[in-house]
Amino acid sequence: MSSTPAISQPILTKSNPILAMLEWFGEFGIFIWQVLRAAVTPPFQFAEFVRQLDDIGARSIPLVALAGSAIGVVLALEARYSLVRFGAKALLPSAIVFAVVTEMSPIITGLVVSGRVGAGIGAELAAMKVTEQIDAIEASAVDPRKLLAVTRILACIVALPLLTLAASFCGVLMGWLASTLVEPISLVHFISAGFKGAGFKDFLPPTFKTCVYGAIIGMVACFQGMRTKGGAEGVGSAATTSVVLSSLFVILADVILVKVILLLFP
Amino acid sequence: MQATQDPRPATASATESSESAIAIQNVTKSFGAQRVLDGVSFLVQRGETVAVLGRSGTGKSVLLRILVGLEAPDTGAAFILGTNMTEASPQDIAAARKQMGFLFQHAALYDSLTVADNVAFPLVHHRKDLSPSDRSDLVVDLLKEVGLEGHLNKMPSDISGGMQKRVGLARALALDPVVLLLDEPTAGLDPISSGEIDELVLKLQKEHQLASIVVTHDMVSAKTIATRIALMDRGKVLIEGSFDDLQKSDEHFVSQFLHRDF
Repeated sequence: MSSTPAISQPILTKSNPILAMLEWFGEFGIFIWQVLRAAVTPPFQFAEFVRQLDDIGARSIPLVALAGSAIGVVLALEARYSLVRFGAKALLPSAIVFAVVTEMSPIITGLVVSGRVGAGIGAELAAMKVTEQIDAIEASAVDPRKLLAVTRILACIVALPLLTLAASFCGVLMGWLASTLVEPISLVHFISAGFKGAGFKDFLPPTFKTCVYGAIIGMVACFQGMRTKGGAEGVGSAATTSVVLSSLFVILADVILVKVILLLFP
Repeated sequence: MQATQDPRPATASATESSESAIAIQNVTKSFGAQRVLDGVSFLVQRGETVAVLGRSGTGKSVLLRILVGLEAPDTGAAFILGTNMTEASPQDIAAARKQMGFLFQHAALYDSLTVADNVAFPLVHHRKDLSPSDRSDLVVDLLKEVGLEGHLNKMPSDISGGMQKRVGLARALALDPVVLLLDEPTAGLDPISSGEIDELVLKLQKEHQLASIVVTHDMVSAKTIATRIALMDRGKVLIEGSFDDLQKSDEHFVSQFLHRDF
């Protein structure tokens, strides 16, 4: 008698996508609460945090710099075409700088990192889960949420704005290079024209909003990895869902944060 | 039926559990419709080694996971050194875990760490009083004890399954535990390595008065190291006693299990 609800529950959840989604959000909420609690209680895993910062931050720089550079070149070519048509060619440096720094760099960095780091964290933790390594950490009286999740999430939060700065730098630089190849313009003139009339409020909030992206990527990937079941299939699935969900949530967060920033920094 | 009784295991068993290093009381556990543990109870005192035998899938490993607090029982309670692992606070559970060593069925070594770092893991986190050189010395001693002192800097993927088991055992012993839980320590090992593991468990039992539970299918090992044997069938402890007691039993399942008598 007592076993009937036990077997019917998962089947019901599995076959009902709405229930499965609610279950996912419920478990995710509990996971976030556990991670927040673990983050503020000593001991702190500083060495592991630094290791993760290197892995997540430093090793993402080439990819992010390449993506930022590509954005700069494409924007320079596209914007020039449009601005020349409307007789506003002088606005080209501003158009490139503002587009790169306020929106393109943050979102592209968020998506690139969610692809590289989200998949990496999801797969790594999932592999640790299915081979009982996470259980072994717990059996050693070490909180795996503190050691594995908090360090990775904090590293993502710290790394994302720094990576965004790198992407912005490369984007502006390559935007200038692409512009000057078509019509020579000095870098100093390009920069001064690009940043003319701009204040910190135009650049700091968009850069630091990527902390939220970092939190999303870290939390989703750690959660997906640490709840994995099954063998190799589970590991693959955790990596894929980590990327898909973190990218989706980064895009949704971007929509909300753009509006919030416009309200707070008019 | 009797498994669903015992509404307040934490308080009801406090006296009894404080006297035993390990106390399992009326533990039941189901996965979906399958009941893997059905009212399991037994006590283990310090200096005792209980071998848990039984067919595959009878919940032996689940029992160990419940004792470590990695799995919650549906009903009943599991005590380690007086701590109810199913109801205690996270701090109390962590304190109890520091006093126990757990060898996983497949060793569960951290694949990104070397053999030495795997053994050092509990020391790094819980023995802050040790200097790095003292910690290294201790790691070498532990690996020497399991016969792997020459493999310090190898990765787990570079050593055999049997060697991984022995590294797991060294890691389980790192914090000088009072309680030792071993999940199939000799599975997949050659007879000589199995014998070495048995000798090591016996030595630890004598020198440190450990309370141990060893889940195994290895009858020779069980006979060698166990002070008592608990034979499980369909989630219940069918018979518990010395190896001689089991041999004298007229239960058909016991005879089948001991002598492959079909």
